[in-house]
Amino acid sequence: MLALREAMLAFRRAPLLSVLGITTIAFSLFAVGLFGLVALNIKHTIAGVEERVEIRAFIAEGTPADAVATAMADISNFPEVLKVDYVSQEDALQRARRELGEFRDVFDAGFLPASIEVRLRDGFRAPDRVRAVSTRIGTYSFIDDVRYGQEWVEKLARIRDIATIAGIALGLAFATVAVIIIGTTIRMAVLARSREIAIMRLVGATDGFIRRPFLIEGFFKGILGGTAALLLTWLASTLIDRYIIRSSFFSSETALIGLLGGALIGLIGSAVSVGRHLRRV
Amino acid sequence: MIRFTDVTKEYARTGIALNDVSLHVAKGEFVFLTGPSGSGKSTILKLIYMEEMPTAGEVRVSGLSTASLRRGDVAKLRRKLGIVFQDFRLLEDRTVEANVGFALEVTGAPRGTIPTRVSRLLTQVGLASKSASLPRELSGGEQQRVAIARALVNEPYVLIADEPTGNLDDRATRGIFQLLREINASGTAVVMATHNLELIRRSDYRTIEINRGAIVFDSGEARAAQQEEIS
Repeated sequence: MLALREAMLAFRRAPLLSVLGITTIAFSLFAVGLFGLVALNIKHTIAGVEERVEIRAFIAEGTPADAVATAMADISNFPEVLKVDYVSQEDALQRARRELGEFRDVFDAGFLPASIEVRLRDGFRAPDRVRAVSTRIGTYSFIDDVRYGQEWVEKLARIRDIATIAGIALGLAFATVAVIIIGTTIRMAVLARSREIAIMRLVGATDGFIRRPFLIEGFFKGILGGTAALLLTWLASTLIDRYIIRSSFFSSETALIGLLGGALIGLIGSAVSVGRHLRRV
Repeated sequence: MIRFTDVTKEYARTGIALNDVSLHVAKGEFVFLTGPSGSGKSTILKLIYMEEMPTAGEVRVSGLSTASLRRGDVAKLRRKLGIVFQDFRLLEDRTVEANVGFALEVTGAPRGTIPTRVSRLLTQVGLASKSASLPRELSGGEQQRVAIARALVNEPYVLIADEPTGNLDDRATRGIFQLLREINASGTAVVMATHNLELIRRSDYRTIEINRGAIVFDSGEARAAQQEEIS
C-alpha cells in the first residue's frame, strides 16, 4: 500500500520525466507494433496464396467411375489432404473456356482429360510434402499424370522462409532496441532518485522496500505506454486499411499479449535498473 | 556496543584508510573523533553503520559482526542507529514532518502512530512550529535539527554524526551540540566526527584522534592509564 502511494508520488513529483518515460515506451512499442503489423499482413498474404496450392491428377480415359470414387475416398483419408474434387471432362472444358476468353473455341469436347483436384491442409504445403502426396496419388494405375506446379510451390516456400527469417531477425532487433530504450528511460528515473534511494538506505529501508515502488511505477508506465502504442498501431492500421491497402489488425489475444509485454518490459526494466543501482551504492 | 578489532580498511583507488585499528565504544558514551581531513574519521563511521566492510579485522555493532553478516542485516542495523551528516541529506521535496516520518515508514511502523512520534521529536529538537515547512525554507541549523530528529525517530542506541556542525555558524553549532549532549544524557551513545577543537575543549567527553589511518591519541585510554598509575 505504502509502495503504491510512493509510486504515485513519483508520478506526481516528476510528471515531465514520467510522461517522457511513457511516451518513450509508447513509441518504442509502436515501432514494434508497426513491424508486427507488416509481418502479420505478409504472413496472411502468403497463407492466402498457399491455400491455392493444389495437386491435379489426370485420369486415363475409360477409367470406371467406381475406381475413381474408391481412389478419391482413399485420398481424402490421407492426413495431409483437406479436400478432394472430381473434375469431369465437361467441367474441365468449361473452366478452360472461361479462363481463356477469346480462345474459347480452341478446345473440342473430350480434348481435356478428367482429373482429381486435391487441396492440402495448412502446414502440409511445403514442397517435399506436396511432392510426397503427388507421388502417392501417381501410383494409382489409372492416373496418367500428376501436376502441382512444382516450381511455383518451391518459390513460394522460399519466399515464406525468407519472410519468416527476416521477420524473426527484424522482430528481435526491434524488440531489443525497444527494451534498451525503455531500460534507459527507466534508468533515468532511477538515477533521478538516487539521492532518495541513498537516504532510504541510510534510515534502514530494505532493498525490497526500495525496489517495490519502482516496480509498480515501471509496471504502470509499461501498461500506459503499451496502451498508447496499441492505440497508435490500431490507428495506423485503420488508416492504411482505408486509404492504402487492405490489411488486417492483430487478434485481441495478440493485442493483449503485446500490452502485457509492455507491462513486463516496464517491470523487468525497473527491476534490473534498481537492482543494478542498489548493488552499486 | 561498538568494537573494532584489528581493523584495516583499504580502498582500491586511494589505498589504506585505516591501519590495524582497535577501539571500543561503550553504551551511552559520547566520543569525539578528530583528526585532519582524510585521516580516516569518516571511514570509521562508515564501518560503524556498515556502509563499508573492513578489509581485515572485525567490526561489531550492537551484536552484529561484519564477519558474519547476512542479507538484510545492514538494514536492520541502521534502524538501531541514527546517522547525521554535514550536508543534512534531507528529501528536498518533502516537508519536515514527512522527512522525519519517512524513517518510521521505512521500518513498517503502524501508520497511526507516526504523526504522534514525529511531533514529539520535532518538539524535542525545537522545530514543532516548522513541521509543514520544506527543508529549503529552513536555516542550516534547523535543517540539521530535522536530520537529528529523523536519526532519533527509531530510538537508536547510537547516534553517528559526521561533521554535523561543519556547515553551521557558531550559534547554530552551539545549539546543535547542546542538542547532542541532551540526547546523550538521555542514554543514547554519540559518536561525532569533528574538526571543531573548540567544542572538544569545552567538553569533557572522550576524544579519539586519528592520523593517517591510525589512532594517535585516545583520552579514554589515557585516563584509564592515569587511574591505573594512581592506584
